[in-house]
Amino acid sequence: MTPAVGRSVSRKDGMAKTLGTAKYIDDLSFPGMLYGRTIRATIPKGRVRAIHLDFDPAGFTIVDYRDIPGPQCNFVALIEADQPFLVSDEINHVAEPILLLAHEDRDALLAAEVRIEYDEAEPVLDPEQSPTVFKHLRIRKGDPEAAMATADVIVEGTYRTGHQEHVYIETNGVIAVPENNGITVYGSMQCPYYVHKALKALLVLPDERVRVVQTETGGGFGGKEEYPNILAGHASLLARKSGRPVKMVYDRVEDMIATTKRHPSIIRHRTGVMKDGRLVAMEIDVLMDGGAYVTLSPVVLSRGCIHAAGPYRCDHTRIDGRAVMTNTPPNGAFRGFGAPQTQFATEVHMDRIAETLGMDPAALRELNALRPGDTSATGQVMGEDCSAVEALRAGVERSDYHRKRAEYAGSNRGIGLSLFFHGSGFTGSGEIYLASKATLEATETGARIRVASVEMGQGTRTMHAQIVADALGIPYENVEIVQPDTHQVPDSGPTVASRTCMVVGKILQRCAEEMRERLGEMTPGEYVREHGPLSITKQFEKPEEISWDDTEYTGDAYAAYGWGCDVAEVELDPVTYEVKPLHLTIVHEIGKAIHPSMVVGQIEGGSAQGVGWALNENVVMKNGGMANPTLTNYTIPTTLDAPRMDVIVLENPSGYGPFGAKGVGEMPIDGPAPAVVNAIRHLGLDVRSIPAIPETIMEVACTSR
Amino acid sequence: MKTATTTLDLRPARTLDEALRILADDGPRVPLAGCTDVFVNLHFGTTSDHRFINIWGLDELRGISADGGVLRLGALTTYTEMIRSDVVREWLPAMVAASREVGGVQIQNRGTLAGNIANGSPAADSLPVLAVADAVVILRSLDGERRVPVNELYTGYRATVIRPDELILAVEVPRVEGTQWFRKVGTRAAQAISKVVMAAVRGPEPRIAFGSVAATVVRVPETERCLAAGGSIDEAQRVLEGEITPIDDVRSTAAYRLRVAGNLLRQWWRETE
Amino acid sequence: MHFTLNGAETEVDAHPMKRLLDVLREECGLTGTKEGCGEGECGACTVLVDGLPVVSCLVPFAQAADAEVTTIEGLGGTHPYQHAFAEFSGAQCGICTPGMILAAIALGPDPSLDDIRTGLAGNLCRCTGYEAIYRAIQNA
Repeated sequence: MTPAVGRSVSRKDGMAKTLGTAKYIDDLSFPGMLYGRTIRATIPKGRVRAIHLDFDPAGFTIVDYRDIPGPQCNFVALIEADQPFLVSDEINHVAEPILLLAHEDRDALLAAEVRIEYDEAEPVLDPEQSPTVFKHLRIRKGDPEAAMATADVIVEGTYRTGHQEHVYIETNGVIAVPENNGITVYGSMQCPYYVHKALKALLVLPDERVRVVQTETGGGFGGKEEYPNILAGHASLLARKSGRPVKMVYDRVEDMIATTKRHPSIIRHRTGVMKDGRLVAMEIDVLMDGGAYVTLSPVVLSRGCIHAAGPYRCDHTRIDGRAVMTNTPPNGAFRGFGAPQTQFATEVHMDRIAETLGMDPAALRELNALRPGDTSATGQVMGEDCSAVEALRAGVERSDYHRKRAEYAGSNRGIGLSLFFHGSGFTGSGEIYLASKATLEATETGARIRVASVEMGQGTRTMHAQIVADALGIPYENVEIVQPDTHQVPDSGPTVASRTCMVVGKILQRCAEEMRERLGEMTPGEYVREHGPLSITKQFEKPEEISWDDTEYTGDAYAAYGWGCDVAEVELDPVTYEVKPLHLTIVHEIGKAIHPSMVVGQIEGGSAQGVGWALNENVVMKNGGMANPTLTNYTIPTTLDAPRMDVIVLENPSGYGPFGAKGVGEMPIDGPAPAVVNAIRHLGLDVRSIPAIPETIMEVACTSR
Repeated sequence: MKTATTTLDLRPARTLDEALRILADDGPRVPLAGCTDVFVNLHFGTTSDHRFINIWGLDELRGISADGGVLRLGALTTYTEMIRSDVVREWLPAMVAASREVGGVQIQNRGTLAGNIANGSPAADSLPVLAVADAVVILRSLDGERRVPVNELYTGYRATVIRPDELILAVEVPRVEGTQWFRKVGTRAAQAISKVVMAAVRGPEPRIAFGSVAATVVRVPETERCLAAGGSIDEAQRVLEGEITPIDDVRSTAAYRLRVAGNLLRQWWRETE
Repeated sequence: MHFTLNGAETEVDAHPMKRLLDVLREECGLTGTKEGCGEGECGACTVLVDGLPVVSCLVPFAQAADAEVTTIEGLGGTHPYQHAFAEFSGAQCGICTPGMILAAIALGPDPSLDDIRTGLAGNLCRCTGYEAIYRAIQNA
């Protein structure tokens, strides 16, 4: 039998999507269903003085904070209990939900006018002036202060990154159905069990009376990690009060003003180097704007800080990270989860170091790149699957970097590179706390997978089925997948953090291996007919040799890392200051490509998203709210904006993932922004912030060129 | 959709006469052509218009022809029709270039020339072309026909001299002497709104128009006169900077628009030498 | 009101200002046409009207009168692009896919890469970076 792993088999969900038969949340309807609407704050900080309902309330269901079982329940269960589902009194950001309305007629719902009077207060909008620190992290290795004093040269710089909106083409949406003395929520989401947890806490219901079902999800990118908790809560409150199913699907504007964004960051580097290019000391201060509530900021900051020193060896490193409060909508998970911000800073800084030393940027990186046996900033010893040097060399060679670097000099073309890495799975002890489970059942025809990991375009169903097929020795076509539903699947943890293949896929592989043993010489069908049902559930097991200290922030931050090198070629239009990304050479070492064409798809898609973040995607904030919340004015790349891409996949297997696989979903967005900005630097333009929109390039061009 | 569609009132019109009668007797009503602006405004809830008249089916407002030294573009001519028209390519190549820059193919298939004119956005892609071509807008009402030069059509931001009982019938463009030039600087490479847009004619009398640098699309007569009088491009750029009044908005900055407008002027001058 | 939907003569009673998108999804039960923005930017709601791709979120139902409307359902799974998009990972999350396929069909047979990039500039995809879509169309 031809193995499924390593082959681009037919996607499980491919034809349903091209036929238009795949059902997304807005495609579903329930008898007696109402539509829900959210009334939101229009000020960044203050109190609600009065609410006026300027409509006839007949036929409406109206919910406010008093409809929540108790004040102790009015918090979205995540890390801290600080974010209310509905404002009771104090408003902390624009678009904060205050009131919920539902009606069976959408036009009547739209026509309902609500006026809110506020007592406004002074908001905190500048993260550098914020008095509230959500999380302060420190990583320390060696003696950076002493080592800095021994350096030949010290290079300093401050780098800034902006908000980024996910722009999944399907907006957030759920339907809540009151049933079985509890609630069932269908929706577009990445983490059914996060929603389950949040609903249990909000509605004070036991496990079995809350059911969460993921529907076909039209893109997530982190934007459907934690936000659906709130939306599901809102729809559930309306459904419980009205006793009817309630659909809430955001329109694009609401989705953009209200839901999470990538954390903006301000990152300062101070680096001591020797004349030959060796890094001797790194001091890095990371500031992330968390927005009004804690949400996931501490863990975004954590991943950001762990990646902040880049894929380089340096014996003396200090990383100091803070996530702070501002009166803006909470920022949250977005592909890369803090690492794109910090590695943007590091990689632009590396080119500035090279420039200061008069060194070739690739040579500087090659000299300092982590190799097997080296230690990271947290003291993690790199294993044999550390491929920084291989990725760099492949990128330099494939792109013809050095020849083009010389050839483009003095022209309107530039070429720049970036070297980066990305840890797979939850940070530190995260996977131990998650204790994810996966279940595999033998069926008449093969096997059935039960996991909570969702398909949102990245290929979960297909990739998991491939792993099970080969581990069990049955055809890929004979593996079926149960739609994530908390009544049907165990808690496999959230579909985030590049963990779905490496962590959940590994648990499934272990399930399949045990099933293989139990089956003996029989096929699954023969076994089931003779012995009855066979179901195997396994839980995550921490590899013994992996250890992490959560208080000191030292040890093995991730079981495995992917390694990447991007080379960007750009062209500057001196008339308009537009930078056109012409071409991207992308090298990713990911252990094992379970499904090569989906892997390339993840890499290309993440890279295009990274190019958008670098050059074009500008969230304009005014008085604490997004001022351009439309697809007309927040411009993601079109076919004519995305560069042509050449992807090279390297495989250096990790012992911890199935068939050697590491994560791939997030890493692609780490590299493009610094590679593009370094290509702009090659043009003689000292850009240190993104998005590098033409207005920014013009300012730089008028001062530095 | 921020506006409840069932609250909207749409009257159909089967003939031009019927449409004009409805506008006279049961106006004011916003004419619906390709709807690519009206429905966006309804979606965002940025219009209070609730009464409309559907003119999409009026074939009397369609057609492209050139006759007696005049190019005539029917009001409902779509961007796609202009892109595909040999006549437009011959007479007004800058309009073909502008049409290609409007939205994506889907918008080009639906958006109309008269819609762009009536919507009156200062960022409209076709208007600088019409402005430098000295196009004349033909308006029709039950009272008869009026011919208004496009350069006299706008009285302010999205405000025109078109009366509520009038429909745009067609646009007439006299033959343009000289080399036509067009460039749009948008918020991205395609499917973008202009941050600065310029059309120009390099001929006996230079003609220059800009969009997105003032409350309306504007000709810049002083800059034109400077160049016509043999002024240098440096002088012309200085004159231009005093003649346009760009602003900051969510799409760009006044400083960028001012400088890029000057750069475009220089690029045009250089490329059409 | 009368129109031809996926080849079938169809009569629908709906408000003339209702978006064609909503008529297709709610009155005709054809949910393969997706809404991504409602402002004519993303192209997810692309359908063919008299053979031309349009964004159905910006078409009032009244303007579809007597027109021929083709949605993804009208292709019936027989179009080579439907198989190629599935095979070459041109569909990831799938929400842009129906509109993308219809816009691609309107390019005519064997489009060049330049034609594809220009012709699909009105269809946003956030998953693929577009390369897999080019591969799907060119290998169909």
